[in-house]
Amino acid sequence: MTGDPLFADGVDWGDIAVMGVKVVVAFAALLVATMFMIWFERKLISDMQHRIGPNVAGPWGLLQAFADGVKFFFKEDLRPANADPLVFRLAPYISAVTAFVAFAIVPVGGVFADTGPSGDGGRQGTVTLFGKETILQVADPPVGILLLLAMSSVAVYGVMLAGWSSGSKYPLIGSVRASAQAISYEAALGMSVVAVVIVAGSLSTQSIVASQAGGVNNWLLLTTGIVPFLVFLISATAELNRPPFDLVEAEQELVGGFHTEYSSIRFALFFLAEFMNVITMSAIMVTLFFGGPAGPVFFGWTWLWPTVWFLAKVVAFLFMFVWFRATLPRLRYDQLMSLGWKVLIPVMLFWLMFLGLVQLAGVQGWNRIWVFIAAAIGFALGWALLAAALKAAKRNFADDDTEPLPTHTAGRS
Amino acid sequence: MVEVAVFAVAAAACLVGAIGVVLSRNPVHAALMLVMTLFGIAVLFVAQEAHFIAAVQVIVYAGAIVVLFLFVIMLLGVDRAAELSLGALPAQRWTAAAFGLGGAAVLIWLVAAVDRLFKGAKSLALETAGAAGAGAGSDPTDYVADVSALARSLFSDYVYAFELTSLLLIVAVIGTVILARRSDGADGRRVGQHGADGRRVGQHGADAAMAGSSSEAGR
Repeated sequence: MTGDPLFADGVDWGDIAVMGVKVVVAFAALLVATMFMIWFERKLISDMQHRIGPNVAGPWGLLQAFADGVKFFFKEDLRPANADPLVFRLAPYISAVTAFVAFAIVPVGGVFADTGPSGDGGRQGTVTLFGKETILQVADPPVGILLLLAMSSVAVYGVMLAGWSSGSKYPLIGSVRASAQAISYEAALGMSVVAVVIVAGSLSTQSIVASQAGGVNNWLLLTTGIVPFLVFLISATAELNRPPFDLVEAEQELVGGFHTEYSSIRFALFFLAEFMNVITMSAIMVTLFFGGPAGPVFFGWTWLWPTVWFLAKVVAFLFMFVWFRATLPRLRYDQLMSLGWKVLIPVMLFWLMFLGLVQLAGVQGWNRIWVFIAAAIGFALGWALLAAALKAAKRNFADDDTEPLPTHTAGRS
Repeated sequence: MVEVAVFAVAAAACLVGAIGVVLSRNPVHAALMLVMTLFGIAVLFVAQEAHFIAAVQVIVYAGAIVVLFLFVIMLLGVDRAAELSLGALPAQRWTAAAFGLGGAAVLIWLVAAVDRLFKGAKSLALETAGAAGAGAGSDPTDYVADVSALARSLFSDYVYAFELTSLLLIVAVIGTVILARRSDGADGRRVGQHGADGRRVGQHGADAAMAGSSSEAGR
């Protein structure tokens, strides 16, 4: 807990109380946000499809998610006879806990000054709670954004074990797909995070947000050159198993994917984790690329405006995810894999080298024009090599008597 | 007090996990126990203020390597409880016991030696820590320096070892690809004569391999 000024002067009971309040508020807010997100998605998608959507429970159907939750609680908890009892019970908790923990590193508010730590009266994204100065995020661990990667790689276990322990074939296929997809896209996701870290110069989310203070021009969306954001957006969508990458639970093929055999509250936990991950990823995108809680402060409470801006940006991303679902058809499995391995990862590798070169040029005082020319030549060379390799691979497949890979996969999926 | 509690919990998790890996009959349970050990070690790293190493531990070992173990276990269909009762070699138990005891003795000796070493170096370590603490203070970027120190030693003092390791990994990857392709092609032609459907060749091959290994174990 480095960045938090709360612990700068030792830990007393007041600090622990503040910490407890933050944890409880974050937990409750995430739960409420998840319920809101379920309602939001259903309402929005029905608008896009010229339907009415949930409209019975509460005004505008707002309490629909709550009613669903109550129903889940009172349903019978089924466990297939073939299931592995321990792992079957464990899997939903892994999913839910990782979804909660990942949100802990997101700064949800606080005024960030662009004049360095001494500007703005020494306040750097902090607020005062009960007379204690603290940051508006549950934790600011030194590894910062790496916690997100760790949690998203642990979240794979939830899906994988759920599918395996069900002792049933469709969940197993769904979970194998899910873990292959998650592992493939984690590489691209991690590399786009590295691009952010290279430019921002820190792993801590607090410092990453602070480095973006002072206007839209400083947002990492622009200073990393948009490409990392696009790669992050695509890989995050794939990590979340959201459409168009929702092969994991492709209902036409796999019944329901890895959670087919789950019911009652265990299913609700998966559902919760899924929606919570959507919210967390949106929040992380806002934090990494869109200045976090940055925005103009107008009148009244100065501490409130950053949180309002943060929420507005997150809702914009949530809207976008729903829009994806309403618009884009699902990819085929081989298309998914080739997008991840043959497009996103090479592009991101090149872009990382380019960003490193630009940083080095800034330190060494090299001429920017030569840097861009060198980068263009490097990109052309790399692209030519990759294209040649892909062509050779295709020729090899054609030479083989065995069936070519795409039809093979398409036949199964 | 907090440190002792953290150490006790993490060490207990490590030990329970390690024992569980050995005792589990189900390979998936064993892999999960391994994850528990890895998490315990990550917590111990955090307790030693090695946050970056802890994160890498979780991302690489728990997040990638054990997931691959599980992947292989699930895809090969060996996730039934392994039959441990048969297939022991004649002197296997005694050899295993001897090697285990020897390994334990070496470990205990190592721990004792390191302990002695550190008792001598303790004053020095405290001095350096004090100097670093005075220099860095409560600066939030002070742990980034930890990462950059790691990077500096990796890319300057140990750059040859680092590059050789990456070369080794590339050789391993290329070797795997070549082996996988070659055996696939050979098996495909051989087994393909039996099965008309070329798509099921891999399945046949795997079945044949498993049958072979189990019959060997039976002997």
